[in-house]
Amino acid sequence: MNTLTPSNLEKVLAAGHLAVTSECGPPRSPDMAVVDEKVKEVGPYVDAINVTDNQTAVVRVSSLASCIRIKQLGYDPILQMTTRDRNRIGLQSDLLGAGAWEINNVLCLTGDHQSFGDHPTAANVFDLDSTQLIGVVKNMRDEKKLINGFEMTKSLRMFIGAAENPFADPFEIRVMRTAKKVAAGCQFIQTQCIYNMDKFKLWMKGLVDHGIHEKCAILAGITPMKSIGMARYMKAKVPGMDVPEDIIKRLQGVPKEKVADEGVKMAIEQIQELKEVPGIRGFHIMAIEWEEKVPIIVKEAGLYPRPKMD
Amino acid sequence: MIMAKPKPIQEIVNVIKDFDKVLVAGCNGCVAVCEAGGLKEVEILASALRMYFANQNQNIEIGEVSLTRQCDKEYLAEIKDMVPKYGAVLSIACGAGVQFMAEMYSEKPIFPGVNTNFIGVTLEKGVWSERCAACGECILASTGGICPIARCSKRMLNGPCGGSSNGKCEVSKETDCGWHLIYERLKTLGQLQRFEVPNDPKDWTTSRDGGPRKIIKEVSQA
Repeated sequence: MNTLTPSNLEKVLAAGHLAVTSECGPPRSPDMAVVDEKVKEVGPYVDAINVTDNQTAVVRVSSLASCIRIKQLGYDPILQMTTRDRNRIGLQSDLLGAGAWEINNVLCLTGDHQSFGDHPTAANVFDLDSTQLIGVVKNMRDEKKLINGFEMTKSLRMFIGAAENPFADPFEIRVMRTAKKVAAGCQFIQTQCIYNMDKFKLWMKGLVDHGIHEKCAILAGITPMKSIGMARYMKAKVPGMDVPEDIIKRLQGVPKEKVADEGVKMAIEQIQELKEVPGIRGFHIMAIEWEEKVPIIVKEAGLYPRPKMD
Repeated sequence: MIMAKPKPIQEIVNVIKDFDKVLVAGCNGCVAVCEAGGLKEVEILASALRMYFANQNQNIEIGEVSLTRQCDKEYLAEIKDMVPKYGAVLSIACGAGVQFMAEMYSEKPIFPGVNTNFIGVTLEKGVWSERCAACGECILASTGGICPIARCSKRMLNGPCGGSSNGKCEVSKETDCGWHLIYERLKTLGQLQRFEVPNDPKDWTTSRDGGPRKIIKEVSQA
């Protein structure tokens, strides 16, 4: 088994298992109990837990602080880092901090524009973009060097990931863009929530045709629909989200009190279907403010128990 | 061309209302093109101010002048006999012109009458759009002649991001996705391979991040 870091996620993937990750959005007040609660709920059912970095540009407890807590609770955190709020000095500093606390996974993102968030009058940074951040982490790990060439006494032990949205435009560029991230050093991809299965499969085929799936583990993004309102909101308001009308119709087809159950059922069916798609190496289950559904989805999809790695 | 937009009249009134005599000084350079600070706008703004103060029964004399440019000393010097007669100057040149005016007439309060916005182009009559962020290290040769610094909302060098939809930016449906444009153009030029090469972190020292910038051309100095 060939791994570069002590990351549990990396080991699970290297051993050939289908990996399962989930995410935890930290609170908007200095209260770690919220993180504890979410993590204890999903922790035993996943291989690693993402911690979002001020997602949708709303100020929250920092990803790094929450990752340290998750590590203390005995789980494998994935540090999400956006380039929106910090320049290369701040990003590398936080990467060093994460390394010092033995955080072994990072997800490199550019980040939602601040105009969507709770501080739209803020200045943005964007000194680097996600692809460049991937290269920075790789350089700190494999060459023990910062961007300026400074050599560290210890290397950063990070399993490097990024996000991809196969549903954004122009579609024909999306395989190429993933290839670019992989060329920069990306080892795993967590995709945008999948609802348009046909389009997703087309993107996956493109990756497989180019052999990209052999260099980088693709984890399919799954988000159960909680309500018809949520489906409509995602379709209309969330940038880069592709929710076909069929999904909304199916939710409308069941009695109101059964809609949430139908959403969970759909998520489980999606996982079953995606397991058969060539190149899929696991699932990233984003149950937004609905963490209690993660265990049932993982169990019903036949992904439990999770493998124990050394 | 540097593009600017007139400030709201009330904001201007608030800064000049305590003076007896105010000179409205236009610039016939860039800001005349974007219809914010040229000769015509001097006349319109001066008339509006006279009307406003007349309605308030306030006696403020508003003078008018329009210079060839406010970013050159020789043109600014043309009003050296005029400025002392006024209590303040309201410059409707770009931010550079306002500051150069203040440097030359340092004893006089100089107020800005426009907000300076960007370096851009005239898309059509009455519509101007940003094209250059003056980063000091032009990369247009590798991006199909379309600048991702100025035209991507996240200044990405390896875009487009996941928010690009139907050719539009996630920030606004009114805004084209810069990277979508770059992609289409590289395709037209048969240079898509350029897109596949990752761009390294940019050196921002030539940009605003390096502090106020200066260009010296020794040949011209001699």
